Amino acid sequence: MGTRTAIVGVGQTYHTSKRKDVNGQELINEAVRRALEDADLTLKDIDAIVIGNMDHFEAINCVDCWSVDGSGAFMKPIMKVTTGGSTGGTLGSCAYYHVASGLFDVVMAIGWEKNSESDTQAAISTCADPILERDFFGGAIGPNAAEYAMYMKQYGASEEDAAMVAVRDHNNALNNPYAHLRKHITVEDVMNSPVLCWPIKLLDSCPRSDGACAVIYAAEGRAEKIASRPAWVHASAVSHDYVYFGDYDWEAMPTLEATASRVYKRAGIVNPLKEIDVMELYLPFSTCGVIWMEHMWVCGRGESPRLIREGVFDMDGELPVNPSGGVLSTNPIGATALIRIGEAALQIMNKAGSRQVPNVNTAMATAFGSCYWFEATILRSGKP
Amino acid sequence: MDKVAIIGVGQTRYERGNTKSFAELVYEVTRKALDDAGLELDNIDNVVTTTNDFYDGRTIACMAVAEASGSYGRDATNVEGDGTLSAFYGLMRTLSGVYDATIVTTHCKMSEGNPRKLFNQAFDPIYDRILGMDAISSSALQARAYMDRYGVTEEQCAMVSVKNHANARNNPYAHVALEITIDDVMKSPMLAEPIKRLDISPISDGACAIILATEERARKSAKKPVWVRGVAHCTDAYRLGERDLTYSAALETAAKKAYKMAGIRNPFKQIDVAEVYDAFSYMELMWYEGLGFCDRGKGGKLVESGKTQMGGELPVNPSGGVLSAHPVQVAGLARIAEAVLQLRGEAGGRQVPGAKTALAHGITGICGQTHCVWVLSNEEA
Repeated sequence: MGTRTAIVGVGQTYHTSKRKDVNGQELINEAVRRALEDADLTLKDIDAIVIGNMDHFEAINCVDCWSVDGSGAFMKPIMKVTTGGSTGGTLGSCAYYHVASGLFDVVMAIGWEKNSESDTQAAISTCADPILERDFFGGAIGPNAAEYAMYMKQYGASEEDAAMVAVRDHNNALNNPYAHLRKHITVEDVMNSPVLCWPIKLLDSCPRSDGACAVIYAAEGRAEKIASRPAWVHASAVSHDYVYFGDYDWEAMPTLEATASRVYKRAGIVNPLKEIDVMELYLPFSTCGVIWMEHMWVCGRGESPRLIREGVFDMDGELPVNPSGGVLSTNPIGATALIRIGEAALQIMNKAGSRQVPNVNTAMATAFGSCYWFEATILRSGKP
Repeated sequence: MDKVAIIGVGQTRYERGNTKSFAELVYEVTRKALDDAGLELDNIDNVVTTTNDFYDGRTIACMAVAEASGSYGRDATNVEGDGTLSAFYGLMRTLSGVYDATIVTTHCKMSEGNPRKLFNQAFDPIYDRILGMDAISSSALQARAYMDRYGVTEEQCAMVSVKNHANARNNPYAHVALEITIDDVMKSPMLAEPIKRLDISPISDGACAIILATEERARKSAKKPVWVRGVAHCTDAYRLGERDLTYSAALETAAKKAYKMAGIRNPFKQIDVAEVYDAFSYMELMWYEGLGFCDRGKGGKLVESGKTQMGGELPVNPSGGVLSAHPVQVAGLARIAEAVLQLRGEAGGRQVPGAKTALAHGITGICGQTHCVWVLSNEEA
């Protein structure tokens, strides 16, 4: 019933808003080389590759074919998967299923994006139905702003609660040499930053970055030989909402709840706050770091602001969230969610350097994109 | 590999200018595949859709077909590329032990776009796009290189067109079914030398879906299961100048791997029917060679021998192939669906009698950069 699978290598590029020093293939290659180096493997060891990004950000059709010089897929199997912002999660699960199927032993997932080559929000806007919703769907920020405005009204949360999440993630990024934005900030800095779409302000929001990430998955038998402490995949799950944004229940977040419930069930987790040691979450806005904790069953409805104020999700708290600095500090969209998986794996593998959380045995990574498409992965130091 | 079967298939009729939306097209084939398998959506726990933001003209194009494919409330994923690759990913998810039944969908409405510009976007943005390269012009280079090296003639390529367009007359889903002669092909307008109007596939709209199931689930299905015996894919170099355009090493690699899994030593003898991705007439000849149906450079001779016609030793593209219907990203999955119909004995007027082992083949990228080969059988391993 499926081959046991573990993550054995992680590589990422340095990220910045414009990587003018490399083209797309070179950017991809930078991550590929680092992942191979991390796992002490060569391209010969890789049996198959999966790659993903968002087409309209670079305007390259058939990226799986075009990227061969960078990915190393020459005369190897490669396929492309893509689901918008959640692409990185989709990539991780695709590589996992490659290995779990028993058909491939060592598989590399590559996520990448050169956002600097596109008008990101204009490209995102074309995800809406061309007849009914495209004219008034103004990119990714509006829905999340509306979501937090509703949450504040319902539960009495404040803009400062979200700002504390922004402060946590941004300041964690100071420990991450790969992070794009590395600057110490305070709650006042967030509150004084320009409003983008109320209540979301500039420092509540993710940047857009150029960068790539590669994660190597291996089958039981190989994994233990490649890595001294592999990160075993215990579960992967995904669900998405309706096609039309107008059909969503913005207060219920049914898809995040479904994904979290499913991944916990598959991994045998009953109490995520107690049983998970670290989370790398796809939080595109600080506001999501308030609301979504509840829909992931980490705490009850309306309780999240209190836990944030108590520091439960800080580096020295009970459940550290985003030691890497998260999406708020680094966001090469097609790679963003794969970085979450890679960072979660590094925490298990005890290779996260100065952002390492002590004694991590269970880690969770999430992805978010398209029609409230949530993916989640549970990694553990022990085999499933 | 554990046993996995295809237990349901559904196709639309392929045509240009279908007025249904993406979702309506995908709903049609999802419903057909479920009905074919005797299942309801409740029996499906995993969905793989296939989209392309260029061809679909919207970003995150998988959103447009999510509900129609039945993925709401289920684990779902999305592949960009030929449907044979989506099916392969569906197979891997089925083999993982997490899911029982997986539906794989793919759709195309190329009639709404500008295919030449969309394929131009697959070329290097700095060096090649400015030349106006597209599928036809690049394939003309490949056809010329292939014919020049091996002495394959335009008439031999035309024979593929005559054969496949005639076969299409027996396929109710086909877009372009024609009764034509070699002379008709030779006299059709030159598009990019040596490729003529009747050497190329049409721009087709349509959709296709298949349902993959674990052995346990397959044994309970309404139709006789068609077992996946071997499957593999492989990708060649990106730039045309870095490839041997006259022979597909990637196809040979994929085919050999799939054959090894399926226990096939002599493909020409052991395969009863093949559905290959003949986007251009010359391609079918090149794919014969990569698939090991004949030696290198002998594809022209093979079609000339009549052995790949209906009634021949190894009929290729009884459905009419891609030359008679080319919904991009759908066409490979349609090859699988056609192979399934053959192995069930449900292919109607295009049935190859007694077919037990079938091959389906798909390509992605410029001039067949990526190949995916499936070996299916109605007999268990």
